[in-house]
Amino acid sequence: MAINPKKHEMPTQAPEVRAHNFNEVALGYPVEIAVDEAKRCLNCKNRPCVAGCPVNIHIPEFISKIKENDFEGAYQIISGSSSLPAVCGRVCPQETQCESKCTLGIKFEPVGIGRLERFVADWHNAHATEAPAVPEQNGHKVAIVGSGPSGLTCAGDLAKKGYKVTVYEALHTAGGVLVYGIPEFRLPKAIVAKEVETLKALGVDVEPNVVIGKTLTVDELFEMGYEAVFIGSGAGLPNFMGIPGESLKGVYSANEFLTRSNLMKAYRDDPETPIMKGGKVAVVGGGNVAMDAARTALRLGAEHVYIVYRRSMDELPARREEVEHAMEEGIDFRLLNNPVEILGYQNPDDPRDPKNGFVTGMRCIKMELGEPDAKGRRRPIPIPGSEFTLDVDTVIIAIGTSPNPLIKSTTKGLEVNSHGGIIVNEDGLTSREAVYAGGDAVTGAATVISAMGAGKVAAKAIDEYLMRSSNT
Amino acid sequence: MYRIVTKTPLNPTVTQMEIEAPLVARKAKPGQFIILRVNADGERIPLTVAGTDPDRGTVKIIFQIVGATTEKLNHMQQGEYLQDFVGPLGVATHTEGIKKVCIVGGGVGCAIAMPVAQEFHRLGAEVTSIIGFRSKDLLILEDEFRACSDRIEVMTDDGSYGRHGNVTVPLKEMLEAGEQFDLIITIGPLIMMKFVVLTAKPFGVPVTVSMNPIMIDGTGMCGGCRLTLHRDGKNITKFACVDGPDFNGYEVDFDEAMSRGRMYADFERHAYTEACNLFRKEA
Repeated sequence: MAINPKKHEMPTQAPEVRAHNFNEVALGYPVEIAVDEAKRCLNCKNRPCVAGCPVNIHIPEFISKIKENDFEGAYQIISGSSSLPAVCGRVCPQETQCESKCTLGIKFEPVGIGRLERFVADWHNAHATEAPAVPEQNGHKVAIVGSGPSGLTCAGDLAKKGYKVTVYEALHTAGGVLVYGIPEFRLPKAIVAKEVETLKALGVDVEPNVVIGKTLTVDELFEMGYEAVFIGSGAGLPNFMGIPGESLKGVYSANEFLTRSNLMKAYRDDPETPIMKGGKVAVVGGGNVAMDAARTALRLGAEHVYIVYRRSMDELPARREEVEHAMEEGIDFRLLNNPVEILGYQNPDDPRDPKNGFVTGMRCIKMELGEPDAKGRRRPIPIPGSEFTLDVDTVIIAIGTSPNPLIKSTTKGLEVNSHGGIIVNEDGLTSREAVYAGGDAVTGAATVISAMGAGKVAAKAIDEYLMRSSNT
Repeated sequence: MYRIVTKTPLNPTVTQMEIEAPLVARKAKPGQFIILRVNADGERIPLTVAGTDPDRGTVKIIFQIVGATTEKLNHMQQGEYLQDFVGPLGVATHTEGIKKVCIVGGGVGCAIAMPVAQEFHRLGAEVTSIIGFRSKDLLILEDEFRACSDRIEVMTDDGSYGRHGNVTVPLKEMLEAGEQFDLIITIGPLIMMKFVVLTAKPFGVPVTVSMNPIMIDGTGMCGGCRLTLHRDGKNITKFACVDGPDFNGYEVDFDEAMSRGRMYADFERHAYTEACNLFRKEA
C-alpha cells in the first residue's frame, strides 16, 4: 500500500463559526483516521522523533499500539514519559520538535504525532474507568512550587517513583499557565482539570492559595520535612513598551486580559469579573500569547482585531498553525509596524467626563528590516515620517514577561541571572542544595513542553539526589 | 475553605470579619493584604489585613460594601466558609528608625491604618493619629485608635462628631506649629491621600501612601495593578501587588491611579445592582 504523502487533516470548527464561540477549535481525529494516520509511521530503526521530544515519549511504540487498535496500550506507553498527554497533544509545537525529525518527513509530510498523542489521551480520558494504582511509597517528601506544566510534570514523575509530593499553587485553581493563560478554545479547562485529577489519584497533594515566598518560604518547606523543593513558579510581571499612554484605561497586558477571560471566566455572558468586550482591538506582539489574546478578543465580540508586529511574517514567533487559524478567523495582521504612543480621550471642557482616560487609538510607525542582529534576526528599523494612527478602543501588550520576583526575594542563597531567571545547572539544581527549578522561572517565557522537559529532568535529579543521600 | 469565625458590623456599610487562615495569620504584618473569593466563580478582591491572632489562627478583615463582591461577602454569616483566602501579599509597612509618626486615615482606610498605628505604638514610636469620616454614623475604630495613639484628632466632613473638616486641617495646623514627624503615613481615598501629600509637601516631611488598585492575581503576574511613579524626571511603572502597596507619596501619579480605578465603573454599578436585587428577592 502506498503511503499517503500528506498527514490527515485535523477536523476543526469552521472559522466563521468558531470566531464567535469559546469551544475548542480542533476537534480531534476520529478512530478510523487515527488508525490510518498511525499506519503512515514507518517504525524506522533510528527513531529520530524520540530525540526530538523534550520528554522523550516512546513515539513509534505508542503509534504501533494505535495501529493494533490498542488505544489504552498506547496511552500507557505515553504516560510512562509524560504526565500531561492530553495537554501536550494540543499545545506542543510538534512541527519544530518530534515531527520535524520524522523520517517520513524527508520525502513527505511527517506523521501527525501530536494529533495521534491527543487522540490517545482523549480516548483514555473518555474510556478509562480504573484509577491508576498509587505507587508504593518510599517515605520521602518533595514539595513543588507552582502547578503549571513544569511543576505537574515533576510531581507526576516523582509520585510514580513513590515520593510523597505536595504541589503548592498561588492561585485558586491548579494548572498555572494552562488555566490562566491558554484559552479554552485551544485547551479546554476540563482537560487540564482531568490531568490534575489523574495526578491526585497517584497520591499527589495539591494545595491552592499558598504563595511560596509569602505564605510559606522555601526554608520553611524544609523545616516541614520536605527533603527537596522544585520551583516552577512560572513567568512573572508582564513587560510593557515604555511608550506614552500605556496606563490608559483599555490597555492590558496579555497576562491580565487572558487571566480575566480564562481563569476568571469573564468570557461568560454574566461574569463576576469584568473585561472590555467589543470595539476595535490591537494586540502588540507576534508570539503564541499574542495570537491567544487576539483570538480571545475576537470571541469576546470585537468588531476588528489587529496584530501589530514590528517584524515580518517570516520572523513571527508564533506557531504557524496558530497564525493560520487566526488569519482564517479574520485577525488583521499589521506587520512591520511598531507602536510609538497610545492615545486617550480627554474632554477639554469636562474633567469628570466618564469617557476621559479611555483609549481612542494607537500611533504606529512603519518599519523595514535591516541587517541581522546577534541572534540572526533581521533588525527592524523605523521609516522616518511614516507614522499613522490605528483607530482602536483596546490595546493588549503581548511582548513577553520576566520571571516571577516573589521567591528570589525571600529565598537566601538562590542565585538569579540579570533577567531575574533562577540559575540552574544541567540537572535543574539551583545554587541552593536540594532546591531545583525549571520552566519559565528559569528561562523566561518559553513553551509548555520545554517547561515539562525541565520538570522531568529535575524529577530524575531529585530522585538520584535523595536516593544517594538516604543510602549514605 | 476558610471559616468565618466572627462577624461584626462596625457601621451600616462597614463590616469586620475574622477568618480562619492559620498560615496567613502566622505571617501577616501591618500593611500587607490578602485576596479572597467569596464563592466559586467569584471575583478575586484584595483586602488589607486589619489584624491577626496567630494563636487562634485568624486574620481580621474590615471591608466596606462598595460593589457586588463585598455585598455578597456581607451576606456571609459566622460559621460559613469563604471559597479562597490567600496571603499575606505585598510588602509590610517599613517601620525601622521611625520615632515619631503621624497616621492619617480616611473612612474605611482607617481599618488599614489601625494595625499600622498599633505596630508603631508597640515599637515605642510616638503616634499621632488623624482619622476622618464623612459623618458620625460612619465612624469606626475610634477606641482602637485612642488606645494606640499619643494624640488623636477625629474629623467629620459634616461636623456631626469630633472636629468639623477634613483630615488635612489638623495636619496643616500641626506642621505649621512646628511639629517634626519622621514620617506621615496616609491611607484612605486616593483624593484624600493626594491632598495629604500636597499639605505635607511645603514642610518636606516624607509621606507614605497605601495604594489599593484593581488587582487580579496579586502575585506579580497580571500587571493590572500597575501605577506610575515620577522619579528624577522619569516615569517608572511599579506593581502595587509586589512592589507595594506602600509607596512614596511624592512620586505617585494620583490622577492616573484615580482614572484607572474607574475603568470598570459601569460594570461594577450594574453588578452591584444585580447583587442587591438578588438578595432582595431571597429576603
